[in-house]
Amino acid sequence: MSAARRTPLATALRGWGGLLGIALLALALLVVAPAVLSDFRLGNLGKYCCWAIAAVGIGLAWGRGGMLVMGQGVFFGIGGYAMAMHLKLEAAGPGNVPDFMQLYGDGTMPGWWEPFRSGAFTLVAIVVLPALVALVLGYAILKRRVRGAYFAILNQALAVTFATLLVATIKQTGGFNGLNSFPTFFGYNLYDPVNKQMIYSIAAGLLIACLLVVWHLGRSRFGELLVATRDAEERVRFLGHDPANIKLVAFVAAAVMASIGGAMFAPIAGIISPSDVNAAASILLIAGVALGGRASLLGPALGAIAVGYGQSALSESFPNHWSYFQGALFIVVILLIPAGLASLPPRLWAALPRRGRTRKAATA
Amino acid sequence: MSRGRDYLEVRGLTVDFDGFKAVDGVDLTLLQGRLHFLIGPNGAGKTTLVDALTGLVPGTGLARYGAHDLLGLKPHRIVRAGVGRTFQTATVFEELSVLQNLDIAGGVHRRAWQLALPRRGVPAYVDDALDAIGLGDLRDRPAGVLAHGQKQWLEIGMLLVQDARVMLLDEPVAGMSAEEREATGELLQRIGRERTIVVIEHDMEFVRRFADTVTVMHAGRVLTEGTVAEVQADERVQEVYLGRTTDAVGVDPEAVAAEAAGEGA
Repeated sequence: MSAARRTPLATALRGWGGLLGIALLALALLVVAPAVLSDFRLGNLGKYCCWAIAAVGIGLAWGRGGMLVMGQGVFFGIGGYAMAMHLKLEAAGPGNVPDFMQLYGDGTMPGWWEPFRSGAFTLVAIVVLPALVALVLGYAILKRRVRGAYFAILNQALAVTFATLLVATIKQTGGFNGLNSFPTFFGYNLYDPVNKQMIYSIAAGLLIACLLVVWHLGRSRFGELLVATRDAEERVRFLGHDPANIKLVAFVAAAVMASIGGAMFAPIAGIISPSDVNAAASILLIAGVALGGRASLLGPALGAIAVGYGQSALSESFPNHWSYFQGALFIVVILLIPAGLASLPPRLWAALPRRGRTRKAATA
Repeated sequence: MSRGRDYLEVRGLTVDFDGFKAVDGVDLTLLQGRLHFLIGPNGAGKTTLVDALTGLVPGTGLARYGAHDLLGLKPHRIVRAGVGRTFQTATVFEELSVLQNLDIAGGVHRRAWQLALPRRGVPAYVDDALDAIGLGDLRDRPAGVLAHGQKQWLEIGMLLVQDARVMLLDEPVAGMSAEEREATGELLQRIGRERTIVVIEHDMEFVRRFADTVTVMHAGRVLTEGTVAEVQADERVQEVYLGRTTDAVGVDPEAVAAEAAGEGA
């Protein structure tokens, strides 16, 4: 019985250390950043937070679930466009048609735009729509036991298709230009710095909320089962579970998170366009997750913020060469630290005080 | 109480790999409360038989357990119906602790939504299994550091947790020391009273020591069945094990050789 009570220190640290990490990140994003950053920089950080929200979901699906979700831009786009459509309708005013439709088309609005006049409908759609799409797609893909590179390619193809579709439907979705210029966000003037800061805080808060969800899932039996499925899918079958269902839950959760990220991205960036949701954008999300450490709790979020920051900083200095840095970064990470930056502190920790810990364990 | 009532009935089970019949019309009745051993030379179809019963390879015929025909079920449904198996190489989750390995096998005791909750305490069925396999002292160690034999015990413990009424064990004592074999045999006798246990085995010493019923397979068919003494006295069994197999079941010697080469590892 005494053995029963003794929780290993490492397990306790992993559980509550994660919560501590989230608390520190919350402090940095919600208290420190608004105090020290300019409005412009804070807006940029808000964009990175949106990518980070999607990245947290990728960490769940890829890092814990082993599904290389190379097409998260699709779900980022579903949320982004849903929100942008609402904001365009809000800008147009009741009964009116968004400006670009008069510009490119004959001034009539497709019927499926109409429900997005309602803010409540839009908010529900941002969560439900990607969940439904992911459920149908995931069911079809995962039940057929498509995995590995085939799964990744399929996802990537979806992102390409989605972006192509958007570009081709200029009269309905703004085409290549996407949807932009949103003066208000649920009635709040978006040119007011106070409101900008509020929207930033919502995005950062949602990021923290998603991290809490993933933290909880990691502790749950589902989390253990998901990692077990990643490592030995066939074995899980003989525990009496259908691995496809377990992966499906993670896939849907990741899709919803990507959609929420996209929904906040539109008002913060002031635009959502095919280039924000295409294959390249999807890979950029993956790169951030890989950099941070896909299987860790905070790694995906921090990695996505770092990649976003790097993109801004480097593209300010070398506007045309950022993509080379991005590629080089990806190669370096895969070669040198395949488990991402998050794997470095534990490795250092394991290298340093091991002697002290084993002595303690021996006397216990 | 219900000793002897529960059984698994196999009739005309055939597994056909592109014309090659790895299992060819096998009839078996496996009763609760006895230790069944399945023996036979390499390539006899023992593992394929278990694979078919657990949904890993498609088979034709009938494998009735309770109200289910196992041959029509998916692997996870077969587990839920109460039929579990182990593999020749232990496949525990190496990074999870012994306790977590047992706990993760407890899906049959939980509703889907309960997966969203963290583990709190140790469920009684996990504690019981831990006691039965005698790994209580190692409960918090990662399964990856266990000795080979301990991993096999852990797998048997996982079957206990998932409430397997029928256990199909593929060479559980391979690579074990003599003491470990003895302990394993006693464990199987203990848990076998209320269960139907089938063990694939090569080690005749172990078979002699613990088998209640022995089924000898050869070239995909059941050669003979009976107690250890009966089986040992059977001339055809001796021939099969000595390699003079031609007349035993009327098969082509080249086919046997090809089969042995293909599946002989």
